[in-house]
Amino acid sequence: MKSAEEILAAIQSALPEVKVELVVNASPSQQHSLRLDPASALAVAVFLRDDPTMGFDYCSNATGVDWPDKEVTEKVKVSKVVDGVEQLVEEPVKRIQSGYLEAVYHLFSMKQGPGNEPGPVVLRMRTVNRTDQVQLPSLTPVWRSVEFQEREIFDLFGIVFTGHPDLRRILMWDEYEDHPMRKDYVDPDDYEYEPTPHDEVLKRAEEHKTKTAEVAQ
Amino acid sequence: MSATAFKSYRPPVFEADGDGEVLEVAMGPHHPSTHGVFRMDVALDGERVIKLKPVFGYLHRNHEKIAEKASYLASMPYTDRLDYFCSLTNNWAYALAVEKLAGLEVPERAEYIRVITAELTRIQNHASAIGFLMQEMGASGTPLMYAFREREKILDVFEELTGSRMMCNYMRFGGCRVELPKGWLEKVKVIVAGLPGFIDEVEALLTGNEILMARAQGVGILKPDLAINAGITGPMLRAAGVNYDIRKVDHYGIYDRFKFRVPLGDHGDIYDRYMIRVLEMRESVRILEQAIPDIPAGPIMDPKSKVRGFRPKVGEAYGRIEAPKGELGFYLISDGSGNPYRYRVRPPSLINLTVLEDMCLGQNVADVVLIFGSVDIVLGEVDR
Repeated sequence: MKSAEEILAAIQSALPEVKVELVVNASPSQQHSLRLDPASALAVAVFLRDDPTMGFDYCSNATGVDWPDKEVTEKVKVSKVVDGVEQLVEEPVKRIQSGYLEAVYHLFSMKQGPGNEPGPVVLRMRTVNRTDQVQLPSLTPVWRSVEFQEREIFDLFGIVFTGHPDLRRILMWDEYEDHPMRKDYVDPDDYEYEPTPHDEVLKRAEEHKTKTAEVAQ
Repeated sequence: MSATAFKSYRPPVFEADGDGEVLEVAMGPHHPSTHGVFRMDVALDGERVIKLKPVFGYLHRNHEKIAEKASYLASMPYTDRLDYFCSLTNNWAYALAVEKLAGLEVPERAEYIRVITAELTRIQNHASAIGFLMQEMGASGTPLMYAFREREKILDVFEELTGSRMMCNYMRFGGCRVELPKGWLEKVKVIVAGLPGFIDEVEALLTGNEILMARAQGVGILKPDLAINAGITGPMLRAAGVNYDIRKVDHYGIYDRFKFRVPLGDHGDIYDRYMIRVLEMRESVRILEQAIPDIPAGPIMDPKSKVRGFRPKVGEAYGRIEAPKGELGFYLISDGSGNPYRYRVRPPSLINLTVLEDMCLGQNVADVVLIFGSVDIVLGEVDR
């Protein structure tokens, strides 16, 4: 079984210009992950799938994670006059750490057969922010199994996968506008509400009523 | 980066024959063969399918969001509602993921109970799947009722053990919820002793059946390389001839202690999927026959596991099992609080539908119903 460090070393020796980072997972599961640069993610994915020493032909799971903006409190040393003497004092300073959306992929290998199966290789990619720069490269051309799962991430998290063959909403209806799995999603007051042609008929009837009332006067 | 050339798997494009008559049909969401509320938008040229787009979401309730707002344990009964045929394997997959996340051990007796209940679940799921497939083939009633007769016996022992026939809510992080009732194992032994007779009965009725062979052989073929790339798991993958069973690969639980084989198909057609399910039922009976006499005495819960105030350390884990329908995985991220920061279900039913279009293109519209039935899905898991 290959560890995440060995796979990282293999990627770096085969594709030297690619940026990959190891993300350590502190939980007892010990499933460390590799953070890819979105610009070169497709090349790494193809390497992991097609290179005979890797052979991760099976991408099992793809999902999104939302990391909203958060307020971080840091202690900064500030020189301050205390009791007439200038001193270095630690003061808490608050700053906003900007949030991002993350896509996570779990890879396995079917080729190497039962017995020497590498555990999940976890790939992660981050968007720049959560509002306007939410594009990530789609891995559907490499692993067809994430076709519906990337559509689901697009639907529920709002990550736009460039290069996806059929990027539409999958679980929510097409006219829906929000992304329900985001942490700042607000539940609607009326779950059943959706605009219907009937609303327009009512609006026209109202206009007609006011118009006829004006004419009658 | 220069663009690298690599193989990509897309469904083939089928052209209409050019007489200008292409019929677009919405099969579902209330079509009797769709196992619930599922829609296929099909384009037909005569009787030939030239395009098929599955439409999901009619049963969507955002299970994942609800689970992120609840404590870890509070999602356990909700996993029953994913694939409501196999609540015990859903429980197991979730418990396994949390045990990886929190580093809990499972006592031996609980592992045996898990294997016994999971294999019983697999048998009743495969029996019902075959029954539904035959129902869709036009054998209305008999095979399905044979399957349900057997399933009812299994559900009775589930009810005695867990209090519920289908919504079992039985497994806990680090063990199982309650001890086996007195005489329960004897009842299971009687059921297991009767199962080979039942499988023989199914085979006598169906395996050599001319109608089944005529309708199922050579229809809905799935090639192994596409099956791997599209992430197909479970009996569908093995019917395509790929030797991949997570019980053998991961040895989760105590599956390395039992002798069983992984049946594989040759052609990847509907008939192979039927046959794989029959053979897997036989292998499950073998596992049960080994597990029931071996079951040790002892505790059924890890003493480290806590019901109240359960807060795993910061981190993440992906746990997966071989559920009757394929790989059921749970991906959890903990931020150290009492409820998961991210809770993700990897649904085998949804991902096995990725290749529905590839299998149906060029087939007759009547075969679409059969191909869809041979995938064996539950909409509660597809839509979540």
